[in-house]
Amino acid sequence: MHAGIIFLLVIVGSILFHIFTPWYWTDIASNWGGMDSTITLTFWVGGGVFVAVCLFMVYCIFRYSHKEDRRAEYKPEDKKLEKILTWATTLGVCALLAPGLIIWNQYVNVPKNAIEVDVMAWQWGWQYRLPGADGKLGTTQVRNIADNNPFGINPDDPFGKDDIMIESDVINLENNRPVKILLRSVDVLHNWYVPQFRSKMDAVPGTVTFYWFEPNKVGEYEVLCAEYCGVGHYAMRGGVEVQDKADYEVWLSEQETFQQLSARYEKLNVDGNKLVKK
Amino acid sequence: MSDEYDNNKSYQAQSSEVLDGSAGSINPDMDYVRPAEIPEQDLYHAHSFIEKWIFCQDAKVIGVQYFLTAVFTGIVGLILSWLMRLQLGFPELAGFMTAEHYYQFVTMHGMIMVVYFLTALFLGGFGNYLIPLMVGARDMVFPYVNMLSFWMFFVAVAVLMASFFVPGGPTGAGWTLYPPQTILEGTPGSGTGILLMLISLSLFVIGFTMGGLNYMITILQARTRGMTLMRMPLTVWGIFTATVLAMLAFPALLVSAIMMTLDKVLQTSFFMPTILKAGEVLEYGGGSPILFQHLFWFFGHPEVYIVALPAFGIVSDLISVHARKNIFGYRMMVWAIVGIGGLSFFVWAHHMYVSGMNPWFGFFFATTTLIIAVPTAMKVYNWILTLWRGNIRINTVMLWCLGFIVTFVNGGITGIFLGNVSVDVPLSDTYFVVAHFHMVMGIAPLMVIMGAVYHWFPLVAGKMLSETLGKWHFWITFLGAYSIYFPMHYLGFIGVPRRYFEMYDSPYMTSTVGMNEFISVAAFIVGAAQFILVFNIIKTLKTGKKAEQNPWKANSLEWYTSTVPPEHGNFGERLPVVHRWPYDFSVPGAKDDFIPQTTAPSEVTNTEVEKT
Repeated sequence: MHAGIIFLLVIVGSILFHIFTPWYWTDIASNWGGMDSTITLTFWVGGGVFVAVCLFMVYCIFRYSHKEDRRAEYKPEDKKLEKILTWATTLGVCALLAPGLIIWNQYVNVPKNAIEVDVMAWQWGWQYRLPGADGKLGTTQVRNIADNNPFGINPDDPFGKDDIMIESDVINLENNRPVKILLRSVDVLHNWYVPQFRSKMDAVPGTVTFYWFEPNKVGEYEVLCAEYCGVGHYAMRGGVEVQDKADYEVWLSEQETFQQLSARYEKLNVDGNKLVKK
Repeated sequence: MSDEYDNNKSYQAQSSEVLDGSAGSINPDMDYVRPAEIPEQDLYHAHSFIEKWIFCQDAKVIGVQYFLTAVFTGIVGLILSWLMRLQLGFPELAGFMTAEHYYQFVTMHGMIMVVYFLTALFLGGFGNYLIPLMVGARDMVFPYVNMLSFWMFFVAVAVLMASFFVPGGPTGAGWTLYPPQTILEGTPGSGTGILLMLISLSLFVIGFTMGGLNYMITILQARTRGMTLMRMPLTVWGIFTATVLAMLAFPALLVSAIMMTLDKVLQTSFFMPTILKAGEVLEYGGGSPILFQHLFWFFGHPEVYIVALPAFGIVSDLISVHARKNIFGYRMMVWAIVGIGGLSFFVWAHHMYVSGMNPWFGFFFATTTLIIAVPTAMKVYNWILTLWRGNIRINTVMLWCLGFIVTFVNGGITGIFLGNVSVDVPLSDTYFVVAHFHMVMGIAPLMVIMGAVYHWFPLVAGKMLSETLGKWHFWITFLGAYSIYFPMHYLGFIGVPRRYFEMYDSPYMTSTVGMNEFISVAAFIVGAAQFILVFNIIKTLKTGKKAEQNPWKANSLEWYTSTVPPEHGNFGERLPVVHRWPYDFSVPGAKDDFIPQTTAPSEVTNTEVEKT
C-alpha cells in the first residue's frame, strides 16, 4: 500500500514543483515567443499524459494488489481499445508537431530586411563583422587571416572593403530589427547562444551556418558557447547590447571598416620599416 | 494463447511419431508439435577450470562474465559521475580538479555508461544468459565465437581503462567525439587518449559482431519445437531486435572510428576542414565535421534503442509475471518493438537540428521522430493495461518495474520536446538534454536491469535475494534519481549549457547554485545506494535461503531447466516442447494461476485458453 502512496506523492510533488518552481525561463527578448508557447503546449499535452499514466498506475497498485483468493482477468487483447489509444496518441502527436514545424519554417526562412552579422568563433573567443554601406559582407577565407586581416576577408572582393570590423566579444544590435547571424569558425565547433533570444546554431569550420532572430528588448545580454569546443568551452563568453535605433547608429559610426584597418596597419608597417632601416 | 488446433483437420498420419509423452490422453492430436528438423547440437563440455570459468563456451557463464565486466565499467562510470557532481555542486571541495580532468570525466562517463555498461550488460549479459534458456536451446549456435566475443570485449575494456594511465590521460572530447576538436590540441587527451578510445571502440564492435551473430542466429534457428516466433517471450523479441539494430548501426561507428584514426595518424581530412590554430594553418583541408556527426548518430540513435528495446522486452515479462496477468496486446508489443527498431534508423539527425546541417532536414527528422512516439506510447499503455485487473505482487521486482514506468514516461515526454525541432532550438545543448537522456536511457533501463537482477538471481545463483534490502535499494535509487533529474530539466529552461566546467556568475545562473548542490548530494546518495545490492548479493550467496524451482511461478522455459542453477546444456536429456505463449497467467478454469509453456493442451483441457 505505501508503495502506491509514495508514487502518488512523487506525481503530486512533480506537479507542485512545476507550478512553483523559481527556476524557469529567462525573460524572452526576441521574436521567438512561439517556441515558448509550443513548449507550454507540450507541457500541457505531455504533462497531461504523464500524470494520467502515472495516476492510472497508482490506481492499479491500490486496486489490484495481490490477494491469494483473487485471479487476474484473462484477456490477451482488446483490439478496440488499442485502436482508440493509437489514434488518440497520433492525434496528440500531430497537435504538437504542427506548431513545431510551423515555427521551424519561420526559423529557416530569414526575412529580407534582416541585417547580416558575421560571427567568427575560435578557441576561445568571438568577434563580429557587419556589412558596410553596400549592405553586403565580403567573402572570406581562413587562409587570409592575419594581423591586418582578422576576418580573412578576400582582399580582391570589393564588397569587403567597407565591412565594419568589431574586434571585441561584444556586439551591438538594433532593437526590433531582424538579425541574420552568419556563423563561422576557424578551428572547431562552437555555438553562439543567448538564452534570452532562445535561438542557436553551431558554427562549423569549413562552412557558414546561419539563423535569425529579432531582438525586441533593449538591454545587455551574455553570449554563451553552447557547443563543446575544448577545455576553454565554459569560459567562452561574449556579449550583446541591444540598443534603440539612435544609440545604435552612434555606436555604428564609431566602428572601423576593413579599409580603415588596412590603412592603419599599412601605416604601422611603414613606420616599422623606417625603424628597421635606421 | 496456446496451440492452434483445428478440429476439422486430422493429424492422424503423423500422430504415432509425435505422441510426446501424452499418450493415453483424450486426443493425442491436440498436443501435436512438429518434429525437429535437425539433430541436436553437439556441446563441447569443459575439461578444466580454465575451460569452465575463463575461456568458457557456455553462454550462461559468458553472460555472467559479460555482466561482471560491464558492472565493473559501470562502477568506474559511477565514480566519474561523483567527481563531476562534486565539481558542479561543491567546486570549493574539488580544488584538485582542473577543467581538463572534468572534461575527461564527462567523456569517459558517457562512453562507458552507454556502450561498455548498458549495451554490454543488456545484450552480452542478459542476452547470453537468457536467449538459449528462453528459446529452449542447449547453448548459442556458435559457442566458440561466443567465447571470443567476450574476450574481445574484455580487451576493449582493458584498452579503454588503459587510457586513464597514458600521458595526457583519456580523451576529453565529449562522448560524441565531435571533430575537429577531438583530435586537436585544446582538447584533453587528444594524443594517445583518443587513439586508445578509437581502438577500444573498434575492438568492441568486432567483439559485439561475434556475439550479435550468435544471438540472431540462435533465435532464428535454434528455437525448440513449438517455439514459434509469436510464442517467444518479449525479452527475446527485445534482445533480438536490438541485436539486429546493433549489427546495422555499429558499422557506422566502426568506419567513423577508422576514418578519425586516419585523420589523426595520417593527417587525412575526412572530417577536417582548413583549420587555423594558434596563428598557423594546419595541414588539413576540405573535410566535413558534419559528416562525422551523421555517421556517429546513424549509430548513436539506434544505440539508444539497442539499450531501450531489451529493457522494453524484459520489463514486459517482469510485469506480466508479477501482475499474474498476460501481457496486454502481445502482438501489438511485438510489432511495436520491430517498428520502433525500424524507425530508429530514420531519426538520427534529430540530434543535429542545430548542428549546421541543411535546416530543411529538420522537417523530415522532426516528423519521423514524433512518429516513433506512437508505438512507444502504445507500449506504455500496454504495460499499465497489464497491471489493470491484474493480481499485482508489490515485491522488489515489481517496484523496479513501476519505477521504470514513471521514469520512462517522464523521459519519453521530454523527448517529444526535444524531437519537435523548433522546441529543440532553445533547449538543445542545455541541461534539459542531460536530464532527458539520463531519465530515459539512464535511469529507466537501470530500473529494468535492477528488476531483472532481482527476478533472475534465484535462477542464476539458486538463492533468493533479500526483499528488505531490495526495497531499500529501490526506494533510495528511485526517489534519489528522480530528484536528480526531474529538477535538472528546469536548469535547461534557464538556459544553463551542458558541459560547463563552472558557471561563473551570470545573473540568471546564480539561482542554480542551490539546485546544483542538492542534485550533487542526491547523486552521492544514489550512487552509494547501489552498494546495497552488492552487499545483498554477497550476503545472499553466503547465507541466503535456497530458492525453490520457479519461485515466481513463471511460464517461460528458463524456469523449467533440469537443475537450478541450470547446468551446461540447460535442459537435461530432452529439450522442452512448447505448446503455448509464455503469458498464460490466471487462465479461467486452470488449477494454478499459471500454465507453463511446456504444458500440453490435453493436460489442461477444461481451461478457456484463447487461441489467437
